[in-house]
Amino acid sequence: MFFTNYLQHQGLSYAWSWTISQVVLIGVAEVVLLVSIAFWILADRKIWAAVQMRRGPNVVGVFGLLQTFADAMKFMFKEPIIPAAANKVIFILAPLVTTTLAFAGWAVVPLDNGWVAADINVGVLYLFAISSLGVYGVIMGGWASNSKYAFLAALRSAAQMVSYEVSIGFVIITVLLYAGSLNLSDIVRAQGPDIRGWYLLSPLFPMFVIFFVSALAETQRPPFDLLEAESELVAGFMVEYSSTPFLLFFLGEYVNIILLCAVMSVMFLGGWLPPVAIWPFTVVPGVIWFVIKIAIMFFMISMVKAFVPRYRYDQLMRLGWKVFLPTSMAWVALTAAIVVLFRHHVGA
Amino acid sequence: MILQAIAFYVFSAVLLASAFMVVASRNPVHSVLFLILAFFSAAGLFVLMGAEFLAMILVVVYVGAVAVLFLFVVMMLDIDFAELKKGAQAYLLPGLGVGGLLAAELILAIALRWNIAAHAVRAAATPVGVSNTAALGYILYTDYIYYFQVAGLILLVSMIGAIVLTLRHKATIRRQNIRMQIARDSATATELVDIKPGQGA
Repeated sequence: MFFTNYLQHQGLSYAWSWTISQVVLIGVAEVVLLVSIAFWILADRKIWAAVQMRRGPNVVGVFGLLQTFADAMKFMFKEPIIPAAANKVIFILAPLVTTTLAFAGWAVVPLDNGWVAADINVGVLYLFAISSLGVYGVIMGGWASNSKYAFLAALRSAAQMVSYEVSIGFVIITVLLYAGSLNLSDIVRAQGPDIRGWYLLSPLFPMFVIFFVSALAETQRPPFDLLEAESELVAGFMVEYSSTPFLLFFLGEYVNIILLCAVMSVMFLGGWLPPVAIWPFTVVPGVIWFVIKIAIMFFMISMVKAFVPRYRYDQLMRLGWKVFLPTSMAWVALTAAIVVLFRHHVGA
Repeated sequence: MILQAIAFYVFSAVLLASAFMVVASRNPVHSVLFLILAFFSAAGLFVLMGAEFLAMILVVVYVGAVAVLFLFVVMMLDIDFAELKKGAQAYLLPGLGVGGLLAAELILAIALRWNIAAHAVRAAATPVGVSNTAALGYILYTDYIYYFQVAGLILLVSMIGAIVLTLRHKATIRRQNIRMQIARDSATATELVDIKPGQGA
C-alpha cells in the first residue's frame, strides 16, 4: 500500500501505481516462497530421517541447510533430455503449467490481516478452480512423453486427483456455510477471537480430517503416492523428465503441499489469529502465527509419509468415493441444519 | 481504464485465436488444450465484467471437469488422424453455414439491444453492498427456486440413467471385500498341517 502511495506521489495515476506495486509485491512474495520451499523440502527430509533414525542431509552447509540449493543447482546444470518421439511443445509446457498453477493459488491466501495479494470475494472458489486445474500438468506431461509408462501413470494419478477433488469441494462447502463468506480473510475473521472460534474445535472437525487426507491424495503424497510408488514404479508420469523440467514438477509439488497446509490453516486453524488472544500472544505478528500453523500441518504431512504404508489403488478409490464422499455430503446437510438452527451461536 | 482495455483485448484475442485453433489444429489433443485456453480466456472476460462467480464456476466446471473428460476420451481413442482429416473438407461448407448463421443471430440480437422477447426482464447491475455471489444466491433461491430445483432433478435423473446404463454386475468378476480382508487374522488365514515323513505335500 505504501508503495502505491509513493508511486502516486511520483506523479503516476492510481491505476498504474497500483499495478506496478502489485507486480513488485507478487515478485517479492514468489521469491520468498521459492526460497522457503528449499527449507520445507529439507525439513521434510530431516523429519523423515529422524523417524528412521538416520541423520538426513547434513553435508552441504551447517546441518545440511544448503542441501536443497545444491540439489536445485545439480538439476539445472544437467542436460534437459526431450525424447525424440515426444510432443515437444506440450512436453515443455506441462511442468510450467504445474508450477505456475501451484504459485497462482497463493494469490488469495491471507498471510495476515490485509496481507493478501488479491482480496477477492470468491477466494475459496478461486483456490478450488486452481487446484482442479492441477491435473492438467499431470495429464499433459504423461501424454506428451509418448511413453506407455508415463501415460498409464498419468491416467492413474489424474483419476486419483479428480476423485479426491470431489470430497475437498464438499469440505469447502461446509466451511463456507459456517463462515458465511467465500473470502478467505473473512473466513479467518469468522473464527475469531482465539482458539475457541477455530473450526478445528467445532462440529467441523471430521471435515478437517477428511480435508487432511484428501490433501495428501491430491498432492500425491504418501500414503497415496501411487503415481510415483518409488519402490515399484520409476517416477510415474515424470519418467521421461530430467533436468529443469523435472525440477519444476518437483517444485510445483512442494509449493502445492505448502499451499494446502496454508489453506488448512486458514479454514480450520484460524489463519493469522493467535491461539489465545491475551497480551504476549497478541503482540506477535499474525504472519508468524500463520507460518507456525503451516509448519505444524507440514510436520503432520511429513510424519504421515514416514510411518503410513502405501495404499493399494482400489483401497484409495474406495476411500475417496465410498467413505469420504458420502461422509462429507452428509456433513454438508448437517452443517446447514446447524447453521439454520443455531445461527446465533455460530455467528454466520 | 487503459489497463482494463488491454486486458479485454488480450483475453478476447486469445479467446478468438484459440477457438479458431480448436477447429483448425490437426491433433485432437491440441484441440482440447486450445478449448481449455478458450474457456480460460472466457473466464477472464467474465472477471472483467464483474461476474467473478460465473468466471470461477466456468473454470471449475468446464475446465476442471468437462475438459478433463474430453481429454481422457481423446487421448484414449485410437484414431488415424490423417484419415480423419481427409473427410474434413466436406464439412467446411455446412460448418461455415452454421457459424455464419450463429454470427448473424448474435449481430441481430446486439443490434436490437437484446430486447427480443416482449416480457424479458432487463439485465440489472449487482446491488451495491452485495457481492456478486450473494446476489446470485438471493435470486436463485427465492424467485427461481422451482426452476433451480427442476434443473437439479434433471441432473439427478440423467446421473441415475448413466449409472443404470453402464452398471453391470457380472458373476464372473472377482471382487474385493474389504470387510473380509480386514477381518482376516492369523487364525483364519493360516493352517497348521502336520505332515507325516515321506508323504510330502
